[in-house]
Amino acid sequence: MLNRISTYFYQRPKLVLALFLTPPLLYMGVVYLGSLFALLINSFYAIDDFTGLIIREFTLKTYAQIFTPANREIFMRTAGMAAAVTIADALIAFPLAYYIAKFASPRLKTWLVIAVTIPLWSSYLVRVYAWKLILAKEGILSWFINLLHLDGPLDWLLSLPGIGGSSLSLSPIGMFIVFMYIWLPYMIIPIQTALERVPASLLEASSDLGAKPLQTFRTVILPLAFPGVVAGSIFTFSLTLGDFIVPLTLGNSKFFIGQAVYSYQGTAGNIPLAAAMTMGPVTIMIVYLLIARRLGAFDAL
Amino acid sequence: MTNNSSTTAVRFNKVSRYFGEVKAVDQVDLDIQDGEFFSMLGPSGSGKTTCLRMIAGFDRPTAGSIHLYGQDVSNLPPYERNVNTVFQDYALFPHMNVGENIAYGLMVKKVSKEERAKRVDEMLELVQLAGYAGRKPSQLSGGQRQRVALARALINHPKVLLLDEPLGALDLKLRQQMQVELKAIQKRVGITFIFVTHDQEEAITMSDRIAVFSQGGIEQVGSPLEIYEKPASAFVAGFVGTSNLISGEVARRLAGSENTFSLRPEKIHLGATLEASPKDVISVDGVVRDVIYLGLYTRYLVEIEGGIDLVVVEQNLKTTSMDVLSAKGRKVKLSWHRDHINPLGG
Amino acid sequence: MPSNSSDTRPKASWGLKLAALGTLLFLHVPIAIIFLYTLTPDETTYTFPLPGFTLKWFAVAWGREDLWRSLKLSLQVASIATVAALILGTLAAAAVYRSKFFGREAISFLLVLPIALPGIVTGIALRTAIGGMSIPFSFWTIVIGHATFCVVVVYNNVLARFRRTSASMIEASMDLGANSFQTFRHVVLPNIATALLAGGMLAFALSFDEVIVTTFTAGQQTTLPIWIFSQLTRPRDRPVTNVVATFVVLITFIPIFLAQRLSTSSSDTEGGTK
Repeated sequence: MLNRISTYFYQRPKLVLALFLTPPLLYMGVVYLGSLFALLINSFYAIDDFTGLIIREFTLKTYAQIFTPANREIFMRTAGMAAAVTIADALIAFPLAYYIAKFASPRLKTWLVIAVTIPLWSSYLVRVYAWKLILAKEGILSWFINLLHLDGPLDWLLSLPGIGGSSLSLSPIGMFIVFMYIWLPYMIIPIQTALERVPASLLEASSDLGAKPLQTFRTVILPLAFPGVVAGSIFTFSLTLGDFIVPLTLGNSKFFIGQAVYSYQGTAGNIPLAAAMTMGPVTIMIVYLLIARRLGAFDAL
Repeated sequence: MTNNSSTTAVRFNKVSRYFGEVKAVDQVDLDIQDGEFFSMLGPSGSGKTTCLRMIAGFDRPTAGSIHLYGQDVSNLPPYERNVNTVFQDYALFPHMNVGENIAYGLMVKKVSKEERAKRVDEMLELVQLAGYAGRKPSQLSGGQRQRVALARALINHPKVLLLDEPLGALDLKLRQQMQVELKAIQKRVGITFIFVTHDQEEAITMSDRIAVFSQGGIEQVGSPLEIYEKPASAFVAGFVGTSNLISGEVARRLAGSENTFSLRPEKIHLGATLEASPKDVISVDGVVRDVIYLGLYTRYLVEIEGGIDLVVVEQNLKTTSMDVLSAKGRKVKLSWHRDHINPLGG
Repeated sequence: MPSNSSDTRPKASWGLKLAALGTLLFLHVPIAIIFLYTLTPDETTYTFPLPGFTLKWFAVAWGREDLWRSLKLSLQVASIATVAALILGTLAAAAVYRSKFFGREAISFLLVLPIALPGIVTGIALRTAIGGMSIPFSFWTIVIGHATFCVVVVYNNVLARFRRTSASMIEASMDLGANSFQTFRHVVLPNIATALLAGGMLAFALSFDEVIVTTFTAGQQTTLPIWIFSQLTRPRDRPVTNVVATFVVLITFIPIFLAQRLSTSSSDTEGGTK
């Protein structure tokens, strides 16, 4: 009996393929893409100012709202933060990635890769929470700064307009540190992968040709690591753009995109505006992905 | 060609297999007899492996039909055919030990445990691996894996055993040893073996009959002797062993016809006279262009009148390397028996 | 091989070593600080150095009914989402591996999209669709959201394993008389088992502490991460939060660590047999 069923399918490979593909495609196509489509549709609706109900008619009114100075400022602030986080992550990720790829012994390498990968998968929320403890006014970082008699510079830093705040745990500086921390593994791994592909012979060739270590680094290693940096930046940039947990936890009254979306759909109940707002990160990411593909970053993913 | 006194094990009836635009197998007709050791010989991409895969059932013909002992199996899945395969990469199951691998066919047919154990032991005996049942495939050498793959196929008593370049991964010594063993095992179990190889020496050593494949078609089917002595085409003459191919004006002078003929290098005598009546001997003058001393024999490249180079092989019965190497540039007389001229069809 | 390559490997400078170590510490010390804070007797602030040591918060957390409910919900969601991801991800991987069909790239792209786009996009999109169709929030709305981004994890793991498995093994099984079902059970399944396990554990960990998408699909329900999130914005139970955070770290650490070991060790043996 089973043999006959098996034979029936064996003689119809296209049917089997269809049977395999239908559930995942149905799920991802209908549920996920359908939702994205609903989101897109909603961004062309608007909310009635008096009743607060969604009017299901095509309009660009909601998109116009995005370009109010207040919202434009939100976009600029978020993109600025994402850019700063990306650059900082690239800088601090590089030494570790370089060490893992080119210097660590095979045994050590296995452990280092695990040490970098675990934070990638786990406890995003808890890792944000950790910084709530660390950055608190009475917390460990303040204690440490106190110990080093650096209170003066810290106060000066916090008094700066734009990035300062009442304490580290309620300021853009604090947010910057946390974002940098949270997305760091997403930068280390692509850079390491890219550096891994630099053959040792290439480095030897460079030094054979009389290049000093620093020259080799600048002219050989950096250019080859660049696709990895771009690949990593896709994550750090995209994740920072859409995050609302960190701004809600450590931010002040100055909104970021994710936070704005969150509050528009939640307390304000304005789904069209929230939808139109998310199209911002989506567009930025699509453009970013297209540029990244040009730069060959996808090979390093 | 078909011998009516024996049964046909496998019959190809105008079988074609296309992959898109590529004609991997094109209109092949072939009969393989019960109990024979049959080789499919050809370069890679000649269609021999595709033919094997269609007998096994991994591939289905685009057109034509394949019959196993009279039954049309063209559309049957592999598990409905009484045929087993020894794969090029052995395809042993890495998560099972040797015993479990060999018993697999019996296990899926729900043969009792006791029966399985008994037959696995017999098979291990047959392939000289008694006591290896508990090992994992990864603990075995290439030659041992090869034997396990063979035992795993033979335990099912298939009517036809297919072997897809099974010796390709082994080193020369082991390969020669396995050639002898395979042949012996085939004699013992009396099953039809269909052996795919690109190694003409292997095919000649082991086979009862050989089919030479080229570009999706069969060039010639015959015994090793026929294939070697009477190649049917320039391709066969060149692929199986080395041949001198002579055509045109020179051919007319030497053989009386402008049609191409082939002549094996070892049939040509260098210098010495042939013990045959002069009318059966063809002679020609030439100059030795090159000499390659190969230990067992020496290969000469001789330019004859008409500007053609002939390859001549002489066994080193009396000569030493010193004598041989000094032959370069020397004027020589070449002669061969008229019977050794093999006119090519087409 | 290892001894040989270590001879030729260049030595890292002290500066590089220090910088690498610094980054490594930066990645892991903050979590250790949470562990430390589970011991603080201080209920209202995050004072450092800790004013004393106590183990009582573990008992307090143990006695909290709401935490047990959230934990149960999170475990149930993660389990069902993982099962769904295992089925859908394996089917997609099998389809992509088996045959070359038009749009294979598109399938990979579609599956990767939920983790390539910011989580908030998936979240608000699902929220919009759920709202638009007037579906009440439920256990299942959370599961549906989680499954979208868990599928790709299983898919990637299983597809990678398929690609490392010799294709002739499946043919060999059928050749020896096993039908498709027997071949799946005796040959395919044992070979992809560790990939399924690794993918499943990663999917479980991913679902277990997901908060961004969940915020939009949970309605009034509280998963464990949502509970922690509420404590982040309006801290009421600081010491209990420390305990819960520690617990979440440990419970996700184990499957992720095992999954990493599984995938690295199986690639080691793969290389060893070649």
